[in-house]
Amino acid sequence: MLAYTFRRLLLATPILLGVALVCFMLVHLAPGDPLVSVMPPDASEALREQLVKAYGFDKPLPVQFGLWLWHALHGDLGMSIASGRSVASEVFNAVGYSLRLAVLATVIGFMFGSLFGFVGGYFQGSWLDKLASACSAIGVSVPHYWLGMLMVIVFSSQLGWLPATGGGPMGQSAWAWDWAHLQFMVLPAITLSVIPTGIIARTVRAQVAEILAQEFIVGLRAKGLGEWGLFRHVVKNAAPTAMAVMGLQIGYLMGGSILVETVFAWPGTGLLLNSAIFQRDLPLLQGTIWVLALFFVVLNLLVDILQTLLDPRIKRG
Amino acid sequence: MNLSMLRPAAPAIAPVERSPGYWGEVFNRVCRDPIALAVAAVILALLALAVLGPWAVPGDPFTTSMFKRLKPIGTEGFPLGTDELGRDMLSRLMLGTRLSLFMGITPVVFAFFIGGAIGVVAGYFGGWLNSLIMRTVDVFYAFPSVLLAIAFSGALGAGVNNALISLTLVFVPQVARIAESVTTQVRNRDYIEAARASGAGAFTIIRSQVLGNVLGPIFVFTTGLISVSMILASGLSFLGLGVTPPEPEWGLMLNTLRTAIYTQPWVSALPGAMIFITSISFNVLADRLRAAMAVRS
Amino acid sequence: MTQRDIGGPAQPLLRVEKLLKHFPTKGGLGKRRVVRAVDGIDFVVRKGETLGVVGESGCGKSTTARLLMQLIQQDSGELVFDAMAVGGHQLPLREYRRQVQMVFQDSYSSLNPRLTMEQAVAFGPSVHGVSQREALQRARDLLGRVGLEPTRFAGRYAHELSGGQRQRVNIARALAVEPRLVILDEAVSALDKSVEAQVLNLLLDLKASLQLTYVFISHDLHVVRYLSDRIMVMYLGEIVEVGPTQALFSAAQHPYTQALLTSMPSMDPGNRTRVSPLSGDPPSPIDPPPGCRFHTRCPHAEAVCAQAAPQLTTTGDHHYAACLMVQPGAGHSQSPPAGLIYTGASA
Repeated sequence: MLAYTFRRLLLATPILLGVALVCFMLVHLAPGDPLVSVMPPDASEALREQLVKAYGFDKPLPVQFGLWLWHALHGDLGMSIASGRSVASEVFNAVGYSLRLAVLATVIGFMFGSLFGFVGGYFQGSWLDKLASACSAIGVSVPHYWLGMLMVIVFSSQLGWLPATGGGPMGQSAWAWDWAHLQFMVLPAITLSVIPTGIIARTVRAQVAEILAQEFIVGLRAKGLGEWGLFRHVVKNAAPTAMAVMGLQIGYLMGGSILVETVFAWPGTGLLLNSAIFQRDLPLLQGTIWVLALFFVVLNLLVDILQTLLDPRIKRG
Repeated sequence: MNLSMLRPAAPAIAPVERSPGYWGEVFNRVCRDPIALAVAAVILALLALAVLGPWAVPGDPFTTSMFKRLKPIGTEGFPLGTDELGRDMLSRLMLGTRLSLFMGITPVVFAFFIGGAIGVVAGYFGGWLNSLIMRTVDVFYAFPSVLLAIAFSGALGAGVNNALISLTLVFVPQVARIAESVTTQVRNRDYIEAARASGAGAFTIIRSQVLGNVLGPIFVFTTGLISVSMILASGLSFLGLGVTPPEPEWGLMLNTLRTAIYTQPWVSALPGAMIFITSISFNVLADRLRAAMAVRS
Repeated sequence: MTQRDIGGPAQPLLRVEKLLKHFPTKGGLGKRRVVRAVDGIDFVVRKGETLGVVGESGCGKSTTARLLMQLIQQDSGELVFDAMAVGGHQLPLREYRRQVQMVFQDSYSSLNPRLTMEQAVAFGPSVHGVSQREALQRARDLLGRVGLEPTRFAGRYAHELSGGQRQRVNIARALAVEPRLVILDEAVSALDKSVEAQVLNLLLDLKASLQLTYVFISHDLHVVRYLSDRIMVMYLGEIVEVGPTQALFSAAQHPYTQALLTSMPSMDPGNRTRVSPLSGDPPSPIDPPPGCRFHTRCPHAEAVCAQAAPQLTTTGDHHYAACLMVQPGAGHSQSPPAGLIYTGASA
């Protein structure tokens, strides 16, 4: 097990390096002088020299990459052009908000997705199955930014039940786990949950269908096991895969929530990216994307290792 | 001894009994599937609208009017109301089909050819070339696709071309991975060995023996990507990347109408409905196609 | 159109010299181990004969077939086809592959599911520059020749045919480039017995009418006996015995061959053996036993067998065996006295 974990970490290293390279290249992909791209328009000559010295803009690209990675690994992601604050601290604040939203959305998605998946897998071919399939098809093909707008129209504008935008009554200054704050999270979380709902429903349905078709289930039935006992067996066998998919979904939602966060002005990484794009703040864009991608890779790794640890069927040498 | 001695003097290719073949059978099955036919009809209608574009619209999609701003659905002369600048929504939605479909489908078509070629080459030749290509693909896989699209688009800046490049970059690795895996499977079949034994070169074998077996699965996977691509492309425009005003495109329309959701909520939600209809149609079509092709492997 | 007989009837069609192929095993770092699939074998295929190759699974039969077809590259050793070195300027690989063809065991996997039968057969000729129309015509003629009515079968796909029909198509496909040597790698093993007999007779007919030479690989000794002029027995990547079919069946020299023959289910119910002469699986070709590779399972093994590797030694007319018991002065209690030694002879 330890050997597998170690090997998995070893295999992830080139990926992490590649991810860093892609993020580093973003600034060089942008049209124009990369040095100009990472400086505020009114930058002083002193700042210019400081940046050249720190990031080696006069040196060849591999050296620049090395310097950038060195700084990034030490938590220095440069300075936001728009706000003048350090990118790292901006991202750090925003990640908390995004994570809260992503976790809540995934939990909601897991509940509904499992429900739809079980119903579909248990009653294959029935109208319930077709309804559940239709729901998951809608879940994965609805433009979630539009769904967010519909949510605002119905529940804020028309019914007035919940606040439409923002991260809390006082803005984004402080988060607290009370209703005054949580109510801001309800609509974006539900909106964001439709994607994992659809994906988890499809996975669970396939799993349940496969398990029910296996011989040991036939054997259990023949032994006179009741439907309830059978259900427990199916849950036990389908759970590891469903949990793994759920874990990965948190990562997808962290990186994929930018559009929904924009609709709801939720002060997470998505909104941060949106403002970085709007103000052409390349250091902010680069730093946020690197942190999110890093998060995604590490989460993938964790899910993979945990799955091997928990699921005795998966043997990896 | 020469086989040519066996031939009749004047060879004439006689007609033979023909089986419908794989694609014929898939086509027959799709034709018997009412859901597939229904969504195919929707897609054909959208494509017709995209082609006919300016000749099909009932009103003027560009003329603005201060006095006719944000009229509700059902207004005289404006069956679907007007937008925040007083332009006819119906005409703009119809004209928007062209750019929206173009933005959604083009990257997938590019990805089909580029990613397909990369994947087939990696799968067929294997070895270090495969490792090089697939490890690079893995790096792009380490980003959620929305994030990758926004990263490239954000760095390159707004504009149709930049959005197309970004989305193509998002989908190429995905298509390449599928193409590589199906090609690797086909590559180990005996008929490939037999073709090599015939003395055929790699290019000839790929063209006449491999492609016929891998294009189907790659095509179906790529069809499934159109749904995602539509959402992403419109999403980029929704963020202010991609299409720039005043061109009508659904994502951009949704963005500019966002300020009006309190005054004319249902009118402002219309462009999103168009994106949704297109996206789910392609999703369902890809699903039915996959089902029709999976009957016999 | 093709360059035909060059060296005359006495020149072997194919001469195999010190052919060796080791596959690296995957896994653990540090310990680099190899599977000795084919471990330096010498033999010839004579013009117009059928050479049967037998042995248990894993003995290197199929690797030998793939090496002969040059589908995989040997680590060392040479192939000489009708006095021309394969891959040399006289006989480039592409030309060699027209003169030698192969029929695989799995009739389904060896036909492209997306091609009609005539397209499958016409592929080879079109690779070698025959026009599409002529290639298709030739394909239909050949389908007829292997017993498949062209108007019924030319437009069909592999999944619409039975196993026997598919294997007929595979034979037609191999013959389409007018080869001189056909390698049949377990070509009838997957077929039903009744179908197998039909295909075997078809192979015999084609051989006679097209003056072909066969290398026939099989684990089924009955079938090999029926078809072959000479038989070569392989064990763990090496040749243990080779000789004319009659001589080999009447007077097998190597204990392994003897064991194989005793384990053949007899057609006569009263004559069937009750005990299996060969116990257990063959040792792993990763670490073959030292000395004679068969000594771990041999009833006549002595201490010397674990030390000295036997050489192929002549034991009669064109009959050779690699056993210390037939090798003069080899040190085994049954070895003939030292005298004239034909070692390293090309079998």
